[in-house]
Parts: sequence; structure tokens; C-alpha cells
Amino acid sequence: MTTLTDPPRESFRLSMLIYDTRYRSMTIQVVAMICFMLMAAWLINNTTQNLESLGKKIEFGFLAEPAGYDINQRLIDYTSRDTHLRASFVGLLNTLLVAVMGCVLATILGVFIGVLRLSKNWLIARIMTIYVEMFRNVPVLLWIVLFMAVLIETLPSPRAFRGDNATASMWLGDTMAVTNRGVYIPEPLFSRPLGDLPVFGAFNISLELLLLVAILIAGLFGARVIGKRADAVQEATGDRPTTWYIQLGVVLLPLIAALLAMGFHLGYPELKGFNFAGGIHMRNSLIALWLALSFYTAAFIAEIVRAGILAISKGQTEAANALGMRPGRTMRLVILPQALRVIIPPLISNYLNLTKNSSLAIAVGYMDITGTLGGITMNQTGRELECLLMLMLVYLAISLTISGVMNWYNERVKLVER
Amino acid sequence: MKKTVFFGALMAAGVAAGAAAAATLDDVKARGKLNCGVATGVPGFAAPDANGEWKGFDVAVCRAVAAAVLDDASAIEFVPTTGKTRFTALASGEIDMLARNTTWTFSRDVDLKFTFVGVNYYDGQGFMVPKELGVTSAKELDGATVCIQTGTTTELNLADFFRVNNLSYEPVPIETNAEAQQQYLAGACDVYTTDASGLAATRATFENAADHVILPEIISKEPLGPLVRHGDDEWGDIVRWTLNALIAAEEMGVTSANIAEMSAAAGDNPEINRLLGTEGNLGEMLGLSADWAKKAIMANGNYGEIFATNIGVDTPIGLARGLNAQWTEGGLLYSPPFR
Ligand SMILES: N[C@@H](CCC(=O)N[C@@H](CS)C(=O)NCC(=O)O)C(=O)O
Repeated sequence: MTTLTDPPRESFRLSMLIYDTRYRSMTIQVVAMICFMLMAAWLINNTTQNLESLGKKIEFGFLAEPAGYDINQRLIDYTSRDTHLRASFVGLLNTLLVAVMGCVLATILGVFIGVLRLSKNWLIARIMTIYVEMFRNVPVLLWIVLFMAVLIETLPSPRAFRGDNATASMWLGDTMAVTNRGVYIPEPLFSRPLGDLPVFGAFNISLELLLLVAILIAGLFGARVIGKRADAVQEATGDRPTTWYIQLGVVLLPLIAALLAMGFHLGYPELKGFNFAGGIHMRNSLIALWLALSFYTAAFIAEIVRAGILAISKGQTEAANALGMRPGRTMRLVILPQALRVIIPPLISNYLNLTKNSSLAIAVGYMDITGTLGGITMNQTGRELECLLMLMLVYLAISLTISGVMNWYNERVKLVER
Repeated sequence: MKKTVFFGALMAAGVAAGAAAAATLDDVKARGKLNCGVATGVPGFAAPDANGEWKGFDVAVCRAVAAAVLDDASAIEFVPTTGKTRFTALASGEIDMLARNTTWTFSRDVDLKFTFVGVNYYDGQGFMVPKELGVTSAKELDGATVCIQTGTTTELNLADFFRVNNLSYEPVPIETNAEAQQQYLAGACDVYTTDASGLAATRATFENAADHVILPEIISKEPLGPLVRHGDDEWGDIVRWTLNALIAAEEMGVTSANIAEMSAAAGDNPEINRLLGTEGNLGEMLGLSADWAKKAIMANGNYGEIFATNIGVDTPIGLARGLNAQWTEGGLLYSPPFR
């Protein structure tokens, strides 16, 4: 008979950390972690050491000092006596402005081009292919500089509008001036203004704008309710009452009434001294940056849209056709909702790219946050590290916000799987 | 055990960081080349000529230092810097010295931690406008669009000038002199403002230089000079006294024409002897050879010669000596004695 003995208890040897598959992955992770931490420690240590040997301390007091420089495009009041912090804020708003304008235009262009690239018309499809390849294969910085150079070199300067033998004239019945310093368009003015609403005592929001937005939202909501009611009637009776003019009226009439009540009129640009005065001045730098970023990103979005549409099987179109749907409705009700599922995630990353690419603004002298906080402020105060850290935080926050919002939207349009 | 490794690494990092701040002179000698920061292109001050060789008033300072230290006025790596990149380049050690029409200001000296070794051009900020605008004074510039280089003292002076005079303007920020010139010529701005010397230099390159006027107002003091990092006084002394040697040489009448003869043997002016190394040991005190100043002067001549060949009245730039004459001629140039 044999007696049952315990299997010899394996003692733990150090080599098992590598050769024993039970521990190996753990070992590798720990080693990697240590390496990473050492590297981070070295970087931080090196930075502080070097700053110390230069005699510089990390501190943010400079943000409260007067900036001393002027900024041409400011969405909030700003003079050279305001602080660096406020200058950064002016820059931030400029970044957001060009990013939002860019994302909107890029999306519109991108969807158009993406759909047209699938067109059965050979010529149109080819032209769109050329567009896409041209824009996406040249660095965006070159496009920005090119757009700017074209604007500066080809358009007339304000001087050309002056005098009896002016060589340039305004557009659209003297309401719009296109010059090599930018485009001047009519501005909305109110003869019975409501005034401004101060926010945190830092800047003002015009009450007219707030009111109009509120009325617009209410109008859209009303139109939706009417639409819902029409849906219900259609469900019940099979007949859809025509409601579009009522919906239009609900949105537009209150707006028009409010505009009239506030005495809305347009202010036109006119030549005064060296420049045009009055109207809204869209500077060259803004236009060049906006167009270049939009055209560039549109090329990517077009490809995403095309891929999204191609990803939906042909059977879906055929089934919709078999049900008697017209092509437009097929696209709107069957293809696009499914394609959006494929389109949105890469679209988010293109919005992020556009926003980050807007930091190339300094190439054309557009005063975004990289130009103010990361440019002039950094240069005049010599606080490189502080400015760059803040700048990175700002871009991080913008990017996370965009992707948060877009992910939320994606969640909503996602196919609900059963 | 982990802790020891960690602290070991920290120590190593500390030592490495400490070593990076060693003497600039040794670095330059070991490298065999002087890294000199200059402008990206201001004709007469710093610009590559048709053969790609850097020429100009600021470049001459680099050459004199390279000649004094390395005995070779061409052993230089020129690093073009913009108004924005110049200070980072110097602070990070990418360049050993900066000679790029840079204004000596309190905050650059004290807060940015640089040492200005002297002034090689006393300047002030001016305005250039096309003649056809009919402007005769800067006070008439209300509402004008003004091209400025960012990261300069120019943009701060400009903001102050217009604010104090209650004038409005539209700034167009630009990175380099070349871009500013392009925008100005295309009429995208009415006015170009920078140091008056820079304006003269830029105007000299225009096809129709006579169509542009420089307004009489000078709105600031811009003492331009070479600078080095804080913390290496030996290196600062070398650059300072090389500049002084060029200035003193003019004052004492040492020129590139007579220097060979004057330095062959000690003459009867002891200061010239000390300067040229035929008497005393000034070179040794600097850690350089006895004839360091002679080499520096032979690189491009004395201050007056450098001025005349690059930016003087007989060049297209045509700047008069004005404030930049020797103190004996009613100017501000005044080298401390070589003694
Ligand atoms: N002196 C001023 C301005 C210097 C400056 O930027 N000057 C221009 C015009 S003379 C220049 O050197 N530009 C050279 C370049 O664009 O590379 C400063 O130090 O801030």
C-alpha cells in the first residue's frame, strides 16, 4: 500500500517571476510601471532643477498684471490695460469662434462632397475625388498660408475704394466691402435696445440676442408640438394635415415682431479715414483660417460620410424602394440614421482635430489663445512653463467637452439593439 | 530596494542637469563653433547674401566673438530667430549669444535672466507709411491698420502711444520682418512700425523706396545690443569686451588697414598696446589668447568700419551715425578703458 503524501510544496523562486506564466504578466506590468514612474520623476526633477538653476519659480501672479498689448479681434471688451488673464480669455473666445465656424462649415461641405462623390455622374464624382485628395494630402498649415496670401494679394486695399477714380467698389448695392484687410458686412442694430446683461461683472451679453434666442427656441418647440400633433392625426386617420406654413409662422412671426419692436435695422460699412468703419469686420486672418480649416477637414469628413453610406447594405435601399419610398425619403429615413452610427465616432475626432489645428492661427496673425496666452503673453512675461501648462489644460478641456457632447449625441442616434 | 533605485535615478538626473550649466567658453571651444542667434532676415543687420553667407551689422558682432574665441570668424552656426523664439533659444542653450536687434529692457535683463553686454545700436521706434497717404505725423494715424512684429517691445510701445494720444488703431500681428514687408507692400496695413533702423533697412529693399516715408516721431528708446544668459559671467565678459574692443578701436584709430602694422610691435600708446596684446595680459584674464582683440577687429574692422559697410550713409540703407557716433563726436558710444 502506498500512503498518500502531499505533493512537494513548490517553494517560490525568483526566476518564477519570469518563467512562470502565472506571474509573468504581473512582473512585466510592474517593471513597466516602475520605468514609467522613473521617467516621469526624472522629467519633473530635471525641470524643477533647471528652473531653479535659472532662478525661475513657477508662479501665476503674472496673469493679474496688465497685458500691455492690443488685440484686434475681441468678442468682449478689452484694452491694453486689462490683465493677461483677460487677454487669454479674449484669445480663448477667438479659438472657440473659429472652431465652431469651422466645424459647421466643414460638416456641411463634407456631407455634400461625400454624397456627391458617390454620384453616378462621372464628372461630379471625379471632381469630388480630386477635391478630397488635394485637400487631405497637403498640410493644413500650407492651406492656411495660401488662403491668406491669396486674400492679401488679390483683393483691393481700402485705399482703392477712395477718390473719384476708385478702382474698387462695394458689393451688393454698397452694403458689403471686400478688401484685403477683411470683409465688412452689415451689422444688426437696434434703435430701441434692451441693454446688456453683465455676467460675473466680467463681460456683457446683449439682451437683444438673448431675447431672440429665447424666442427662437420657443418657436422651434411650438413647431415641434404641431408636428407631433400632425403625426398623431396621421396615425389615427392616415391623412397628414399640411402644417408646414403654420410651423413656419410659429417660428418666424414672434421673431419678426420682436425685431420690429426693438427697432431692428442694419448698419452699413462706409469708408472713413484709413479703413471702413461700421458693419461687422471679418478679418482676413479669420477668413483664411476658417476657410482653410473647413476645406481641409471637409475632405476627411467627406470620406467618413462616404464610408458611412457605403456601409449600409444595398438591400436597405431596395427594401425601402419596394415599399414605395422616394429616394429623398429613403436617404433621410432609412440610410442616414443607420449611416450616422458609423459616421459619428470618426466625426468627433475630426472636430477635435479641427479645434486643435486652429492653434496654427498665428501663421496668419489670428489672435487665438495660442496667439495671446501662448504667444505674446508668454513672450512678454517669459513664463513659458506656466503658459504652456495652462494652454494644454485649455485645449484638453475644449477637446473633452467636444467629445463629451458628441458621445452623448452618438448614444442617442445609436441603433438600439434588441 | 525600490526606493534606492528611485533615489539613485533622481541623483543621476540632478547631476546631469547640473552638468548642463557648465562654462559656455569651454563648450564653444570644444564644439569648435559659436552658435549665434540672429534675425531671420533684416538686410544690413543680419541676412544671408547671394552666396548664403550671413552678412550684417549684428552678424559682425558674432564674427568678432568667434574670431576672438576660436580664431576663425567663420566658425559660426547662425541660428535665425524670430521675435518670439529668440529668448527661448538663448535660455535653453541652443545659442551661446544673441545678436538680433534686441532692446535692452529691465524685465528682459532681470526677470528673463539675460545679461545685456552693451549697446551696439541706439535706436527708437518709428513709423513708415506710403507717401500717397499724405500723412506727415504719427498723430494723424487715427484708425490706421498697423503691422507689428509680435513678441517685441514694439507692440507694447505702440499700444501705449496710441492709448496716451487717444487714437484708435487696428494691430496686425506678424511673425517676421519678411511677412510684415509683404503685407505692408500689399496694402494690408497702412503703417509698418518697428525700430527706425529696421524701417530704414526694410525700406532699402523696396523697389520704390522713395514712395515711402518714415515719420518724424520716434516713440521709444530702443538700445539694441548683444546678450547672453545670466549665470556665466566669464562668457558675458568675453562678449562684452569684444564689443568694447570694436568700439575702442574706432576711438583710438585702430582700423583693419593699420592693425597689422600697429600690432607688430608695442607702440607709444599704452592703451592700444594693451588692446592689441603687445603689452599686459588682458587676453589671459579673459581666458583667451593675447591677441584676441586684434583677431576680433580684423574680422570686420572696428565699429566705425562695420557701421559704414553695412548700414552707413554710403549703403542703400543710409543711416547716419547720429547717437551712434563716438562720445568724442557727440554720440553715445563710450567704451570703458582697456586697463
Ligand atoms: N527691438 C525690438 C524689436 C526687434 C525686432 O523684432 N525688429 C525687427 C525689425 S528690425 C526684426 O529684427 N525682425 C527680424 C526678423 O523678422 O527676423 C525688440 O527687441 O523687441
